[in-house]
Amino acid sequence: MTPKLPVTVIGGYLGSGKTTLVNHLLRNANGLRLAILVNEFGELAIDEDLIEAEEDDLISIAGGCICCSFGSDLTAALMDMATLDPRPDHVLIESSGVAIPSSIVNTVRLLDTFSTDGIVVLADAETIQQGVKHKYMGDTIERQLSDANIIVLNKTDLVNSETRQATKSWLNTEYDQASIVETTQGKAPPEVVLASFLERSHEASSHLETTQLDMFTLRPATPIDVEVLAKTLAEGNLGIIRAKGFATALDGEKILVQVVGKRWEISPATGNPEVGIVCLGFKETLNREILANIANHM
Amino acid sequence: MNPSNPTATHVAVRDGLILGAGSLEELTSWGEYQLDEQFADKVLMPGLVEGHAHTMEGSLWQKVYCGFFDRMDPNGKVWEGLKTIDAIIERLREAEAKLTDPDQPLSGWQLDPIYMNNERVTRGDLDKVSKTRPVAVLHASGHIMNVNTKALELAGLLKTGINHPGIPLAKDGLPTGELKSPEVMTPVGPHVGFERAMTDCDEAGLRDFAKLCIRAGVTTVTDLASQLNDEALEMMLRVTGEKNFPARVVPFRFFLGLTPKELVANVTKLQTHSTDRLRLGQIKIVADGSIQGFSARIKWPGYHNGAPNGLWYVTPEQLSEIFDLSLSADIFIHIHTNGDEATDLVLDTLEQSLKKQPCPDHRFTLQHCQLADAAQFRRMQKLGLCVNLFANHHFYWGDEHYKYTVGPERALRMNACRTALDTGVPMAIHSDAPITPLAPLFTAWAAVNRITASGRVQGEAEKISVDEALYAITIGAAYTLKLDGEVGSIAVGKRADFAVLEDDPETIGAKNLKDVRVWGTVQGGRVFAAADL
Repeated sequence: MTPKLPVTVIGGYLGSGKTTLVNHLLRNANGLRLAILVNEFGELAIDEDLIEAEEDDLISIAGGCICCSFGSDLTAALMDMATLDPRPDHVLIESSGVAIPSSIVNTVRLLDTFSTDGIVVLADAETIQQGVKHKYMGDTIERQLSDANIIVLNKTDLVNSETRQATKSWLNTEYDQASIVETTQGKAPPEVVLASFLERSHEASSHLETTQLDMFTLRPATPIDVEVLAKTLAEGNLGIIRAKGFATALDGEKILVQVVGKRWEISPATGNPEVGIVCLGFKETLNREILANIANHM
Repeated sequence: MNPSNPTATHVAVRDGLILGAGSLEELTSWGEYQLDEQFADKVLMPGLVEGHAHTMEGSLWQKVYCGFFDRMDPNGKVWEGLKTIDAIIERLREAEAKLTDPDQPLSGWQLDPIYMNNERVTRGDLDKVSKTRPVAVLHASGHIMNVNTKALELAGLLKTGINHPGIPLAKDGLPTGELKSPEVMTPVGPHVGFERAMTDCDEAGLRDFAKLCIRAGVTTVTDLASQLNDEALEMMLRVTGEKNFPARVVPFRFFLGLTPKELVANVTKLQTHSTDRLRLGQIKIVADGSIQGFSARIKWPGYHNGAPNGLWYVTPEQLSEIFDLSLSADIFIHIHTNGDEATDLVLDTLEQSLKKQPCPDHRFTLQHCQLADAAQFRRMQKLGLCVNLFANHHFYWGDEHYKYTVGPERALRMNACRTALDTGVPMAIHSDAPITPLAPLFTAWAAVNRITASGRVQGEAEKISVDEALYAITIGAAYTLKLDGEVGSIAVGKRADFAVLEDDPETIGAKNLKDVRVWGTVQGGRVFAAADL
């Protein structure tokens, strides 16, 4: 069985930095074949130096990545992605400024070939608090934030530290379903945005040292109640932004565990993967001690 | 429609244009003539202009008609409206029996459960039509589809555990067969004969649509949201250029899929391909959804049944950029706004654009604009906006608006034709075919009488007169297309376009306006009899 193709939705209102983030991910793709789906090719959809070739609705990008415009038919574009050869490793949907991310995810879930890898919503630190009060777009922006598993609070260098703190704590209160990651110039760490990067950095994790992030690989010593485990990772205040990996269930089956923000999901694993769940969190808050305890005693 | 010469016994035509209208004596002053008396016992009106329709109706008639109301197909056959699910199954069965290829899908259109106590069609119902071939019926709204078990199976949706607001599940955990939004229809569409890009008609569909125009007395018609890719453009140029193509088609390029700059560049280029019968170079924007689908953006107090506010399809920034670029490129735009909040957004945005770039005669038009209040009409007038109101909605969904969507008070003012005219907003009225049938005389009747399907008069104060309604379906609609100098009235120098009628709409009586019999049309001096189709 071919593993499902993971899909991440990148949402947020105009000017929040979605395009910059996408380009940042492409620059750091490191051999991961990303397929980016956008409503339409804006003038600056993809940085020019990354473009290898352009056709009507497809841009070929250095490193085997591509970018496609889907106009108003996302389902059709996704179905096309699944038949590409070589198949992309990960699909990113850069949603329009008025799109409701959860309805995009609902659509993705209908298609058996795909799995969902969470909703990442960008917020401009300078404007987000006015944004939710906008006469016309306010409730749309609120719906986008409410759908997020991870909120990337962008452009934090453009506000003073009080505003930054106040905005962050307001987001934490209003949208407590999401993990909040601060960044500047859209440069959110790739492992935060896509689980596929997380799996990769698991193999070579040295570059994390330069960031605000920390990583811990949880290897439960014995078979475990996977549902309880996944729930604990997602909701146990352990400082986890994302987690992905495999554990052995009490019945001996290998189970795939995925956590993004406070959302968790478990599903039967394909093949016989090595046990180990990579947990990504902030240096300051990732609770290695409890995680180590879980591995040994749960 | 020509006030200096409101009625005449004769009209002189030369080279497809009107040489004059008047008495035979007056017209003979032009010199030698051939007297054509074939319309001596008919009434000639200016060719009717439909300012909001979609040519895809032509293509839909290749499928089985499953609507509630009687409707005439392009070949003149009146399909009886179906009042029960059993009747729908029966008609689909009859069509199924005629198919020879066992794998060929069967599809129908124009289902509307609202008229059948909202009873839903299930996959079990459609399995009675066939268990082995995929079967689907599209709803009148175009946004919902019912399919049978085979179709679900082919699309990989016959499974439990689906969690999607657009896919209701039955007690057994499997989908009921109803697919409630365009994105859930896409995986099934190709298996049931509804291909992608449904809003564009095919070649046969365009010819069939033209037949419907003849039957409705229409000589100029919009195609109000087409993708107009190279292939579609080539096809439309070729078909409308055929010697006997009977209508002038005005397609509007749909705004999605291109950035504002690309859109305006694309449409500027399209303008250079324009011909007499294919008028290219306009843009259509959709700002929000539909009222009966609860996806329109409406102002406080929101939906009467408490449904959450609807969806935006455009951002203020995008709208503003398209307006700015179009005003400087002399391109005009028609904007779909169903809810009053969407109308406000367009008014605010256009006001800012016009401050930067005054344009005395832009003819930007609000399409549907069903919930606008008096203050919004006053702003439209100040900003030079036209409006094209959805008069047919009173009849088809007026009762639902009263009961569920917006409640009594706002239902009374929906599609406020009287207010528009009294405020001095240039106004047209429309069918949005295929949503409701292409028939401007019916649309005029709807605006004059405001009678709902259950027979109630809804919004007495917004009624207009027969003369005003006839103006709206001719020169009123032509004005919104910047074609009022060419069509819409019978006057010297204009196109020789006529609706040829058996009855006189000015004397038949307001209540009977929809029953005026159409003989056919004259378009550019060419005669098209409905009976010959």
